[in-house]
Amino acid sequence: MLKIKTPKSGKAKREIEKRAPKLVESGKKTLILQGTKTSNVLNAVLAEIYHLKKDSAVRYTRKNENIRPFESGGETSLEFFSLKTDCSIFVFGSHSKKRPDNLVIGRTYDHHIYDLVEVGVENFKSMESFTYDKKLAPKVGSKPFIAFIGEGFESVDELKHLKEVLLELLRGEVVENLNLAGLDHAYICTAVSSNRVFFTHCAMRLKKSGTIVPRMELVEVGPSMDLVVRRHRLPNDSVRKEAMKTAKEQPKKKVKNVSQDVIQGKVGKIYVPDQQVGSVALPNKAKGLKRERREAKMKHETNDRAPKKQKENSE
Amino acid sequence: MDTQEHQIDLGHLMAFDPLHHFPSPPPSREELVKECLQKGTVLVQLIADALFNLPSTEDIDGPLVKLPPPMTRLPREKHLPKPKPPTKWELFAKAKGIKNRKKDKIVYDEQTGTWKRRHGYDRVNDDKDIPIIEAKMTDEPGEDPFAKRQAEKRKRVEKHEKNRLQNLKQAAKVGALPSHIQLAATALPITGTQAAPKKASKNELQDIASMAAAATASGGKFDKKLLGEKPEKHKGKYRKFLPVVEGTGIGSQERQQTEKVLNRLISKNSHEILNVDKAINMYNVKKEKKRKNQRGKDSSTSSKLNPKKQLQKKSLKKGGSSKKGKSK
Repeated sequence: MLKIKTPKSGKAKREIEKRAPKLVESGKKTLILQGTKTSNVLNAVLAEIYHLKKDSAVRYTRKNENIRPFESGGETSLEFFSLKTDCSIFVFGSHSKKRPDNLVIGRTYDHHIYDLVEVGVENFKSMESFTYDKKLAPKVGSKPFIAFIGEGFESVDELKHLKEVLLELLRGEVVENLNLAGLDHAYICTAVSSNRVFFTHCAMRLKKSGTIVPRMELVEVGPSMDLVVRRHRLPNDSVRKEAMKTAKEQPKKKVKNVSQDVIQGKVGKIYVPDQQVGSVALPNKAKGLKRERREAKMKHETNDRAPKKQKENSE
Repeated sequence: MDTQEHQIDLGHLMAFDPLHHFPSPPPSREELVKECLQKGTVLVQLIADALFNLPSTEDIDGPLVKLPPPMTRLPREKHLPKPKPPTKWELFAKAKGIKNRKKDKIVYDEQTGTWKRRHGYDRVNDDKDIPIIEAKMTDEPGEDPFAKRQAEKRKRVEKHEKNRLQNLKQAAKVGALPSHIQLAATALPITGTQAAPKKASKNELQDIASMAAAATASGGKFDKKLLGEKPEKHKGKYRKFLPVVEGTGIGSQERQQTEKVLNRLISKNSHEILNVDKAINMYNVKKEKKRKNQRGKDSSTSSKLNPKKQLQKKSLKKGGSSKKGKSK
């Protein structure tokens, strides 16, 4: 016999609905975790990636021995974590003699591994090692500019894949309206050779220029590292086709209280609630009111003190 | 925005310069960093140009700009939500043409003469409020009519629950279970398809069965086969040996074998991407198809023309094969 289980509280129901598949998706959450051994460099890298993506990332700090993304059996833990935390991108760091300072960046589709890219980190410079004017520091959660330079990103298969994965990792929330005052940082990725990408994070200073468009100035701020592509796994064709399917155009939402009139054009209705003129608080604190309150307070105090005084007298 | 040199995707605030080439031995690290920053500034300036030229609305914090939808397509993280299949009642209502009518929350109660709510505490037509039930001719003596009414109501509620479960099971079969509902016995997860058992196709089952059969000592040769089970495709012979003495009338098999191997080797090592014969064939076929379509559009007697064409082709083939036989 089957039983129907429903969440008992509204909060639980809302949480579950947040994780349900939607027609139009917003940004993906990132899961940052590590394997059996990590080096200092790798720890710093993972910490900085977490700081860059504070709101939309989950950091696991324990070591996970049974995660081997490129082997067929070693993905179950990753898929379980992805289901548990509702994260679709993960960054897995591990260090071994054969692959020092290794980062595996992967994506999941329906909480199964979709594709993987393995990069090695070299020449890492952390955020603290850069000196700059503190006023320029970018704020967490602002949408970044992303720039890819180099013909390698188009010609080499692995770099093309890395470009797509980096774009997903670095872009923030998917927003329709952007506030131009809040643009303050940019990521620059340069394909230096056919397997090496120089990655850096810069703050942007907008300077006045003659036209509407301000002049941009980049100041290196955040972590900078060399990513050496080691291995990669492209997604299955069938899974890829399914994942790239887009939803059909949604019918426009009905706007309430708006109607079209032939003569007047667009007409809207405004409902004004009844005004309770008597019970509205007066905006200006009239002097008379203040005095009244002061006098009432004094009266209260004298009433309290009076009985005590009488007792003393009687004694 | 130079589209031939830089690709700008405003939806993602991304810019891509596919034409920059770095000198092969990269210069010192600082030079590299400087050059990257320079190129980066150029690209970022380009994005900003395009961005600030978009129509903007004034907001409290600053100018708001509506970003265009992104051009690079990225894969989704979860599958598209499937539409719920219609429930049994919905199908019935559609067939009969029954439309849903909005019901009021407050209904006039005839018995007390007041307005009461339709559902909930102190409702209209509640079973508790009936003081007297008149006995009918069909009633048995000694039967409690109030208890009977309650029992009927309980049965109705059970039936509704069963129907709801059936509808949810139907939806679960399609994969369109509403996200906040879980069916307990099969324990399907609420999102994703992690534990969903994939139905193995016929071919997969056959493969698996043959693999399992090969685990027996005799390689699955003497296993009893079920009704309808096909014999194995791969009978265990993995090499083909040519006959020692060739009979007459058969073409040289050894020659064909070596030719096949040589062709494969040569085509692998040759750097010609174009298979000239295949390309010519494809081009010819396309041309023929086009001509056929045009003829079909122009004249209505195209069907009459086609059989003649086929006959001609057949005669050519016959001539060709007979010639080959004669030469040998």
